Amino acid sequence: MLLDKKTTIEEAIGRIKDGDSVMLGGFGVPGTPFCLIQELVRQGQKDLTVIKNDANEKGMGVDWLLENGQVRKLITSHIGLNARAVELKNNGSVEIEFVAQGILAERVRAAGAGLMGFVSDIGIDTEFADGKQQVELNGKVGLLEPAINADFALVHAQSADSFGNLRFSGTAMNFNPLMAMAADTVIVETESYVALGDIQPEDIHCPGPFTDAIVELSDLPEVYGVVQR
Amino acid sequence: MSFNARDRMIARAARDIQPGMTVNLGIGLPTKVVNFIPKDFPVCFHSENGISGVGPVLSNDDADRNLIDAGGAYVSPLPGTAYFDSATSFAMVRSGRLSLTLLGAFQVAANGDLANWKIPGVFAPGIGGAVELAQKARKVAVLTTHCDKKGRSKIVETCSLPLTAKSCVDRIYTDMAVIDVSDNGLVLREVAEGLTVSDVVAATDAKLNVPAGTCPTF
Repeated sequence: MLLDKKTTIEEAIGRIKDGDSVMLGGFGVPGTPFCLIQELVRQGQKDLTVIKNDANEKGMGVDWLLENGQVRKLITSHIGLNARAVELKNNGSVEIEFVAQGILAERVRAAGAGLMGFVSDIGIDTEFADGKQQVELNGKVGLLEPAINADFALVHAQSADSFGNLRFSGTAMNFNPLMAMAADTVIVETESYVALGDIQPEDIHCPGPFTDAIVELSDLPEVYGVVQR
Repeated sequence: MSFNARDRMIARAARDIQPGMTVNLGIGLPTKVVNFIPKDFPVCFHSENGISGVGPVLSNDDADRNLIDAGGAYVSPLPGTAYFDSATSFAMVRSGRLSLTLLGAFQVAANGDLANWKIPGVFAPGIGGAVELAQKARKVAVLTTHCDKKGRSKIVETCSLPLTAKSCVDRIYTDMAVIDVSDNGLVLREVAEGLTVSDVVAATDAKLNVPAGTCPTF
């Protein structure tokens, strides 16, 4: 018998403390755990370091945390679609660390694989190399990229069972399975909560040993839908 | 720039896409290239948010909320499409699996340096995936207007803006010309219909080498 990790959204998000680091899945709308973020806004934990690919758009996801003043630092690849994030960066009220998108993914993956970091030549001879330690390997110079781990990862899944085996849908996969491996505590919201064994072992995208708390979503708020531009 | 000039340069870039290529189209003008690829042409489009085999863009009414490209457009799957996580997506980029990437530009230098992500003090939204595409695709082409909105040449001797990657660009498509980056500087290959070689040379800040003979038009 495998442990039942299903819990309430209040209990799961209640584990997060002021000052914690929190990874958020998602690339744009797909895969962003909006309901978990909403609960984090409701509970109001402060001084968070947030790691997410992008800053969503104004009025969505990460933006709720920014608007509510809960973010001290954002580690991200791109904030161009969120004018508030740009403004908070420019006036210095939120520290932004930009990381090239694939390097961000790989730094998270490295943490999830139990590594301290990796060496790459991405960004060499440009300002992306500023402040990074150079390493010589096999006669070539690369940059040392430290792993990024976090206290928590908030993940959006298409389906999950009680042990926290996960499947993702389409491009909602993105950073979710990587972050689910890289954080000390992994909280999953799922659109579909299924019985153990309903997902075939070969079809599991993220195995249960990586996840800690499963929250079943009842209705999907409109924010998960197609963005009307 | 007229509508026709814009379409003509996009169509010209599309003509260099060869059967069997894996191609990443950057956000902006390059994504329009897909509209000029013949139906059933054997090419695999990659989008860095985690798709290979990107299919046509859908209207909002037909969209799958979980299926976007990296520019946020709702796209469709094809028979053979694959989805994967962001680390796998960039593993594909960094290990040289992309035959070609088409990127936008603020400036391209005579030695192939590319600046397309930051205008200090004005625009600094973060690099996204551009640095890895520019550095690691096997062929990097730029698709851009020849001049910026103020009429200044985007093709320059040396970039004044922060670089995305050094010496990465192989070919430049603009509304005025097709230009190759060679070891000996820029080489004018084609001029847009209705323009002369002198028009292009006059509009270009960087030195252009012009091969002898008639310059083909596109």
